[in-house]
Amino acid sequence: MQKILMKGNDAVAEAAVQAGCNLYFGYPITPQTEISEYLSRRLPDTGGVFLQAESEIGAIYMVYGAAAAGKRVMTSSSGPGFSLKQEGISYLCSAELPCVLVNISRGGPGLGNIQPSQADYFQAVKGGGHGDYRVLVLAPCSVQELVDLTYLAFYLADKYRNPVEILGDGMLGQMMEPVVFRNPDYPDISKEEWVITGKKTRERRIILCFALDPKELEKLNLHLAEKYAEMERSEVLYEVYGSEQPELLLVGYGTVGRILKSVVREAEKQGIRLALVRPVTLYPFPKEILRGQARKAGKALVVEMNLGQMVEDVKLSVEGDVPVYFHGRSGGMIPTVEEIMHRVEEILLKGGEARENNL
Amino acid sequence: MKTIFERPKTLLEKPFTYCPGCHHGLAHRLLAEVIDELGIADHTIGVGPVGCSVYIYVFLDIDFVMGAHGRAPATATGLKRALPEQVVFSYQGDGDIAAIGTSEIIHSAARGELISAFFINNAIFGMTGGQMAPTTISGQVTTTSPRGRSTVDQGYPLKLCELLRGLEGSAYLARVLLTRPKYIREAKEVFRKAFLTQIEKKGFSLVEVLSPCPTNWKMTPAEAVAWVENTLAHSFPPGEIKGWEETGHAG
Ligand SMILES: Cc1ncc(C[n+]2csc(CCOP(=O)(O)OP(=O)(O)O)c2C)c(N)n1
Ligand code: SF4
Repeated sequence: MQKILMKGNDAVAEAAVQAGCNLYFGYPITPQTEISEYLSRRLPDTGGVFLQAESEIGAIYMVYGAAAAGKRVMTSSSGPGFSLKQEGISYLCSAELPCVLVNISRGGPGLGNIQPSQADYFQAVKGGGHGDYRVLVLAPCSVQELVDLTYLAFYLADKYRNPVEILGDGMLGQMMEPVVFRNPDYPDISKEEWVITGKKTRERRIILCFALDPKELEKLNLHLAEKYAEMERSEVLYEVYGSEQPELLLVGYGTVGRILKSVVREAEKQGIRLALVRPVTLYPFPKEILRGQARKAGKALVVEMNLGQMVEDVKLSVEGDVPVYFHGRSGGMIPTVEEIMHRVEEILLKGGEARENNL
Repeated sequence: MKTIFERPKTLLEKPFTYCPGCHHGLAHRLLAEVIDELGIADHTIGVGPVGCSVYIYVFLDIDFVMGAHGRAPATATGLKRALPEQVVFSYQGDGDIAAIGTSEIIHSAARGELISAFFINNAIFGMTGGQMAPTTISGQVTTTSPRGRSTVDQGYPLKLCELLRGLEGSAYLARVLLTRPKYIREAKEVFRKAFLTQIEKKGFSLVEVLSPCPTNWKMTPAEAVAWVENTLAHSFPPGEIKGWEETGHAG
């Protein structure tokens, strides 16, 4: 199959079209605007709909409407724009409407900046909106994975009737890499049972996002919880890389996961054995593999482009069995191989006495 | 025997849960009648509000999508773009459409979105217990304007139809009352025209219904009806704000 050189944002847009995305609604924000621009050119040719909304709030509720109609639908945004979508994401989860949300995140808080960042991990994984809900969160580390996870995202959204978020960052969105479009032909999930079309000859249907009777709302929430439990059983994805007998386990996702691979290789040259667990699904979180690998290594170092968010989930996963260290850069700064190596050496030399944080 | 009065098919046999003297029920019934007469129940989709009429889906025998406070026009846009041959309408209170959802309704109108909005203006937030709305008139007492709305501190009532009138995408805008049989007959024609504007792909349509909220106005139903006619209708003059003649609709 042919390899094409493509920018991350364009690639995610093309993969969405190939995955059968019928409608896209979005509002421009750097560093992801190319997704909108690409789809404004490409979607109409496929009979699809591109609409630039008046705001991210408008966009997310357009997604809500189109998803209720059973179509494959996507929106994308970053930072402040993603914050505005949070209410809608909560509603989408409540109403069990499938859709794909692409978050090419940037530095925060506030207007922050347009540099790559992982500061929105909590927002993505813990639910930035209100209520007891979860979205599946996929974290690619290359343009190829951005494409492959986009195909997967549409499938999982339909399978679980739930929003799926692709959490990238400005680096992934903006970089050019060779990529192959291999649409894996995931099975079609029928929406016949619930979709809104106008009642035609059937009984009328209602898409609801509330239950004023607490017994009913608890029932809905327990039903959602069952779905989330099934995601945790079936959809965990991760990559393990590096030494079979590590002295230290590295943990990082997305862009940082890539950098950590270089760290593993650099360490090997220096005779230091490192392994890497790169979570690909951030929700569901790869707890089991992390616990196993961390126990094997005896200690773990989590690296993030934020001031310490995923590290909390790593600590929960290892359940206090091994010390978990952290190294983070924030505000759009990208950690270098050298600085991470320095931190690795510090931890290995000073053992348990190494600082918990580099900050 | 000739039947003179019967329940429209699209109105389900469920007792209304609205307060006595509230016109949400009347507006629902009118919608049902017009949907029946146009024969569109099988391909019409309603989008509900958050407000007292969050229960509208209980009463009308059509597909419904319930969503967030104020966002019904965006949800309706998503539905309509996905299903261009279906008839899609929103039903919204004044807090829903003229406060939190102002952006969504203005831009739907500006796009000439082929949806119809039914806007129940009772000059107050009903569901949350009678707070000031953007449509609360000057001097009107509410739980958050206890001394009466002061235009100095709280500004002037928002006249949505007049605001949307200047937008090229809006093709039909009208304001009605349901306080007398004659007005109800006229309103029914307006409801019909709103749907036809959409069906004939002429653009965006909106009907504003001046509606009593006796509970939060702290009036009897009869006093509330009189207040709609004598006071509310003064601030919000009924009639076609933008008719078919103006938008070049053949009718
Ligand atoms: C985001 C959000 N903010 C506030 C509310 C609370 N709320 C529910 S209904 C409503 C106003 C309802 O008034 P209106 O739209 O005029 O409808 P009515 O009840 O009078 O028919 C408000 C403020 C909410 N549900 N969601
Ligand atoms: S509170 Fe007002 S708007 Fe709500 S049902 Fe009662 S009368 Fe109608």
